[in-house]
Amino acid sequence: MPPLFIRLRIMAYSHFGYGQRFAVQLGRNWVVLFLVILVVLFSFTGRGFFSPKTLNNILLTSSPALLLAAGETFVIITGGIDLSVGFVRGLISVISAIIMRDLYARGYSPSFCIPLGIVVGLALGLLPGLINGILVARFRVPPFIATLGMYGVANGFALRFSKGFPITFLPPEVGQIGNGFFAYFLPGRGLSFFARHADIVEGEMRNLIGIVPYAIVVVAVLLLIFAFILSRTQFGQHVYAIGGNIDAARRAGIPVERDLIRVYMISSFFAALSGVMYTLIFSIGTHTQFSASLELFAIAAVVIGGASLMGGKGSIGGTTLGVLVLALLEIGFLMSGILPFYRYIAVGTILIFAVVIDQTFPEIIYE
Amino acid sequence: MVLSEKGRERLYLLGKSWIFLFLLGEAVIFSFIGTGFFSAKNFQNILVASTTILLLAAGETFVIITGGIDLSVGFVMGLFCVISAKIIVSLQALGFSPVVSLVVSIAGTLLLGLLPGLLNGVLVAKLRVPPFIATFGMYGIAYGLSEILCNNVPIAGLPSLVGFIGNGYLLYYLPGRGFTWFAPPEGLGRGEVRALLALFPNVFLFAILVVLIFAFILSRTQFGQHVYAIGGNIDAARRAGIPVERDLIRVYMISSFFAALSGVMYTLRFVTGRADAGSARMLDSVVAVVIGGASLYGGTGNMIGSIIGTLVIGVLETGMVNLGLPTYNKYVYVGVILVLAVLIDQFFPEMVRKGE
Amino acid sequence: MNERKPLLEVKNIVKRFGGLVALNRVSMEVYPGEVVGLLGDNGAGKSTLIKIVSGVYRADEGEIFFDGKEVKITSPMEALKLGIETIYQDLALAENLNVYSNIFLGREKLKKALGLIPVLDHDYMLQESHKVLNRLGIEIPSLKNKIKNLSGGQRQSVAISRSIYWNARLLIMDEPTAALGVAEQRKVLNLVRTLSEQGVSIIIISHQLYDVFQVAHRLVVLRRGEKVGERLTRETNPDEIVSLMVGAELVQEARGRE
Repeated sequence: MPPLFIRLRIMAYSHFGYGQRFAVQLGRNWVVLFLVILVVLFSFTGRGFFSPKTLNNILLTSSPALLLAAGETFVIITGGIDLSVGFVRGLISVISAIIMRDLYARGYSPSFCIPLGIVVGLALGLLPGLINGILVARFRVPPFIATLGMYGVANGFALRFSKGFPITFLPPEVGQIGNGFFAYFLPGRGLSFFARHADIVEGEMRNLIGIVPYAIVVVAVLLLIFAFILSRTQFGQHVYAIGGNIDAARRAGIPVERDLIRVYMISSFFAALSGVMYTLIFSIGTHTQFSASLELFAIAAVVIGGASLMGGKGSIGGTTLGVLVLALLEIGFLMSGILPFYRYIAVGTILIFAVVIDQTFPEIIYE
Repeated sequence: MVLSEKGRERLYLLGKSWIFLFLLGEAVIFSFIGTGFFSAKNFQNILVASTTILLLAAGETFVIITGGIDLSVGFVMGLFCVISAKIIVSLQALGFSPVVSLVVSIAGTLLLGLLPGLLNGVLVAKLRVPPFIATFGMYGIAYGLSEILCNNVPIAGLPSLVGFIGNGYLLYYLPGRGFTWFAPPEGLGRGEVRALLALFPNVFLFAILVVLIFAFILSRTQFGQHVYAIGGNIDAARRAGIPVERDLIRVYMISSFFAALSGVMYTLRFVTGRADAGSARMLDSVVAVVIGGASLYGGTGNMIGSIIGTLVIGVLETGMVNLGLPTYNKYVYVGVILVLAVLIDQFFPEMVRKGE
Repeated sequence: MNERKPLLEVKNIVKRFGGLVALNRVSMEVYPGEVVGLLGDNGAGKSTLIKIVSGVYRADEGEIFFDGKEVKITSPMEALKLGIETIYQDLALAENLNVYSNIFLGREKLKKALGLIPVLDHDYMLQESHKVLNRLGIEIPSLKNKIKNLSGGQRQSVAISRSIYWNARLLIMDEPTAALGVAEQRKVLNLVRTLSEQGVSIIIISHQLYDVFQVAHRLVVLRRGEKVGERLTRETNPDEIVSLMVGAELVQEARGRE
């Protein structure tokens, strides 16, 4: 039973006129409004905020978080949580890097090492999710604990494989793939697809504009696919049902165990993908202790985007907005010269704000 | 499996105390592998190393029993580590003696340390913000604040008195010379230094004292009873007249008090104030409490369990360091132990029941 | 009842939990279109019995016959496939989903998007849900509202509609009127009568003797895991039923004190 002040609001809502209903709609979608305000604010306080470079930065910064948050969305909607994603990301980054490095060192061609590293990394990345899922679904271990355990295990293995040092000496082609764009534009020379213009000269490099980085494309495509799965398919519907009332779902014949395991595998897949992409973009495999804060930001983004930790609510779209808000904050603070530490304070406050707002504004009631 | 009455009793006791047996088992294993486990020095190393987790876990115990969680403890600890160091340094610069600076700093820090808890408590109890979110928000705020306060540079320049207390022991014994309190005997020769027996690290003593006081509060007072009631069924507690909001706020204040205390201890031990003092220990406290038998759903758990959980981790860590084992395996082991702990706690009642 | 065959027949069901015998050789039948009230005090075994019929539990001994054929009901899905639908006390609805999604919970209608990918067919589910609600005379403002925004009686109606939509032949209702106000209780009871007239068999568990007497044709009383009585409703009265439920001695004693 929601607290009294919320019940009163719900009752009053049905007597609202259109003006008030608009306000409620606005309240429920405050994130968009907030995003707009932030953009406006930063365009004043930061220099050169409104530029394609900034946009690029924001998109790049938010990519890892976006991937982690997308996977996390599924888990949180089922009422669970996945704390292991940050370290799984690091683990897979390290593993795929090691594969690429060692095979390359043995003389295999890059076109063999690189895809193998990617594929093996992604495949192995399903494993933590499988384990998490089995622990949660079959052994009824609380998700917090199960994924906390996995967090430790992933951390341990990643450290063991990397010995704490970044993995380097990857085939040089890695950087090209990771930082490649779909098209390049050189003023005076037009477009070139997939690779830089063949006879480009040093001086001209500075004028080269990359259009649509691979990384962004991959992220965007995946987000769209999984948003579709979540909102339009039976599996997605079941994910919401499990989060809403797991007993009802079970009694309605929904294969709850199987679906939960899949959800956690989705989450760790995204984490693995994020790790692989990191390796491709930066040409090293790393795993640091500070990867830990990433999953908490991912979770924060999902919640800011409208999900509830109790489960049953949330969407990929909302999560994306949440990630953009956080990324915007980070870049905006940077460009405005504000100490980055204020960002933590801001994030913390927004998060709390998000939840309080969500509770105060009633659901849309159809007539 | 059908057990006799006696058999069932034994099985039940086994289940309740398995974590203690596990600890003993760990001790046995480490005493066989490697050397010098059963030495006073080693035991005390374990205790000192566990102090941080112990304090954080003690506060966390209260919160978890109410069915909540406090994710902010790691950085609240860092925040107050910085604050306590800053106070000492500032007071010293103003000309106050080290002793006064230290005392004021500790008192002030502990007092201020109640604030984050107050905020957390109000958010959770009055605004119905889920504890995960509220304390996570606080974690961010605390981290930001602490970095700002120290400008991202560890605070140095603390008087040596700090280190003396922080790393000192209560009692020293030198064969042939007897006991001395608080400080090693003067003028020790090299051979004598090695024979010196130091007993009861100050930091740990103080920590365990506070922890035991709160263990008493949790298990024997009305407030403690209410904490369990809230965790068991918050609505029932409310309807029974228990001042749920007020008690929840107090619980979070206890947690941040312990975090602040832990920050002070860190300053004492390492003679510096660092914002990231607690960052490595963030989730360890929750792990310790859960290993010790509490359920994240609330209603169960106790301080002794949390202490044992802390020691399990502490023995593991110290043991691995002694053996020269790389530390990364620790995370794996702790992760596995954690999941095992929950599984056992869940399946044990089943096993006992099947014995009927 | 005439010479028709029972829709459901359970024979000599025994169910144990550890050392406790929850059901001790309980037998009963339910005929098509009949409303049977399953009564008994707490712990009598009513919930256990219906959970066996709906596939949540499995009996340790005994047989179940549905439509004259012996069946083994090993999971909730098996029961659903036979046409046995259960409405639990907590309704088993997902609060965060809307009305028609709940009606189709677990059995969602899919269509192919772009001819290839299976996707939820919202329009179909919405339409069909409208139809079944109309058929039962239930009024809910909009089927797109989430369950959490509906009243207790409306939720009950949704749960019942779900069972009906899936052509329940046997509907089991556990305390259907417990959390409802008077007006809504009446609506639910009317619904039960309507369904019975349409040929659906219904087993009702309820502590509200008054309600059960209004709708049930026959009453079965359990006490401490055994069937202690079976009466046609029109041939008995609440006192007799209560005395069967608690054991005649206690009723005499209560009488004596008046």
